[in-house]
Amino acid sequence: MTEAYVLETRNLVKEFKGFVAVNDVNLKIRQGDIHALIGPNGAGKTTVFNLLTKFLIPTRGQILYKGEDITALKSATIARRGVVRSFQISAVFPHMTALENIRVALQSFEGNSYRFWQSGRRLNRLNERAMELLDAVGLTEFANTTTVELAYGRKRALELATTLAMEPDVLLLDEPTQGMGTEDVERVVALVRKAAEGRTVLMVEHNLSVVSKLCDRITVLAQGAVLTEGDYATVSADPRVREVYMGTESSGERGAAPSVPEAAS
Amino acid sequence: MTQPVNPADIHNTILAQQKAEDRKKLAINTVFIAILLVAPFVLYPVFLMKILCFALFAVAFNLLFGFTGLLSFGHAAFLATGGYTTGYLLSQHSGLTTELGILAGTLVATVLGLAFALLSIRRQGIYFAMVTLALSQLVFFFYVQSPFTGGEDGMHGIPRGELFGLISLEDNHNMYYFVLAVFIACYVLVQRVVSSPFGQVLRAIKQNEPRAVSLGYNVDRHKVLAFVISAALAGLAGSLKSVVFQLASLNDAHWHMSGEVILMTLVGGMGTLLGPVVGATFVVNVEYQLSQGPLRDWVDPILGGIFVLTVLAFRNGIVGEIQKFVRRNLG
Repeated sequence: MTEAYVLETRNLVKEFKGFVAVNDVNLKIRQGDIHALIGPNGAGKTTVFNLLTKFLIPTRGQILYKGEDITALKSATIARRGVVRSFQISAVFPHMTALENIRVALQSFEGNSYRFWQSGRRLNRLNERAMELLDAVGLTEFANTTTVELAYGRKRALELATTLAMEPDVLLLDEPTQGMGTEDVERVVALVRKAAEGRTVLMVEHNLSVVSKLCDRITVLAQGAVLTEGDYATVSADPRVREVYMGTESSGERGAAPSVPEAAS
Repeated sequence: MTQPVNPADIHNTILAQQKAEDRKKLAINTVFIAILLVAPFVLYPVFLMKILCFALFAVAFNLLFGFTGLLSFGHAAFLATGGYTTGYLLSQHSGLTTELGILAGTLVATVLGLAFALLSIRRQGIYFAMVTLALSQLVFFFYVQSPFTGGEDGMHGIPRGELFGLISLEDNHNMYYFVLAVFIACYVLVQRVVSSPFGQVLRAIKQNEPRAVSLGYNVDRHKVLAFVISAALAGLAGSLKSVVFQLASLNDAHWHMSGEVILMTLVGGMGTLLGPVVGATFVVNVEYQLSQGPLRDWVDPILGGIFVLTVLAFRNGIVGEIQKFVRRNLG
């Protein structure tokens, strides 16, 4: 039964002093799905991400990866096992070139990360694979550009390529289109779709048109708990989901959210 | 200028650039080694050795501060531990050759560095600095109280002895070339470390630690290794210094010394290879020149002023600013 789910949480709870950020969340991510985690701000989406990758320690509950309990593992170990995350803010190494950014990820599997006596030129054998990955996200011509000089959309593309360099089984994307113009959003949608081939993606996303285009399954979080789950049509027709988003709209939340019902058609 | 878009072309450009960098590095190293080889015929060797010892200390510190992003405020502990250990062993055991005494001092400092690292590495930023400061203060009080160090008076009359039991180090020129050889070896080692596969991971950790974690790196362990290498080289600097001056004093253990090495690194240029060497040369010279003149009571305020000026106006330090200038005008 559990084998069908690549990533699963059981009664996951995270409490900060007197505040329950994640309350009894049971997520079941099916192998091969693009699964979205949506919900108003403060719903606990990013906290769930941080728990899954152990950037935060769960107060209670279990995390299972391919049926195996990984609750006690460290962040770095989880990444090596194949659950790799991106970040909300663009997580790049700003003073390295685009090529070097990718190489850091590839080097993770070389087993030479403690070899302080070896020449760094040995890492050149990773260049070919790194160039392929850069090519896949359209950054070939920026291979030798220092990352800090890249435009925002390109940094996000580089981040995605770096994450893909880890050959993850499960890709966790935290708001991959955040802060992007329409053109960039289209590009990222295409990239995520390409990246999702042969792997599972769990993404936090605010842009519901992106969610409707990409995702097979959606979990809605509100106030730290799962409100509902299902495909896009089911979720967007749910009156509770509408209420959660409308409620936040009147208190001055971001504009993308209330378009839930419209985008459903 | 148009960028070639063929991946192979770009890759070749990158490789050519690497080769050019290697050549540049070699050229700069050669020039500096040449200068250092003839220096004792122009300048007083003991003064030069003082500079080399502090330069090594600053290079070691910079490996952690400039290249890993960890500000240790306790590096005096390693300098002093190297010095006292070597001094004690060479004074007590006349059969011990000098290089073995220095090696022993370095080893003890390395072990102490490992202990410091394990206790402090999980803390971030200012807390890391405070833990290292607290630990180095413990070490300081241990040396104040221990009879073998001579307390406030220091440990005097450490014999320079003979290198490999063959070459007398009483001669200042012999001593100088020995110190120079050790210095060059350490400098080249740090140059290697910084560009090694390990050094790449350190760069990544310094620039974005959470991302390095998410890419599967055990960040703490990499930091511990960087700390231990840094402590070992700082200890070696202390060991050499105690042999050169035949003295190991409490000054080396004092937190002032931890502050001074930060000053040297910042003035010279943190995160550059030559920066700490230039910074150490600068600070040692300023201290010496001032102590000879009427401003001898003003050494600390003047160094403090230089420190403030550097942090406010020349963030990149001497070497960093020169590099920036060269890149802007000649690159």
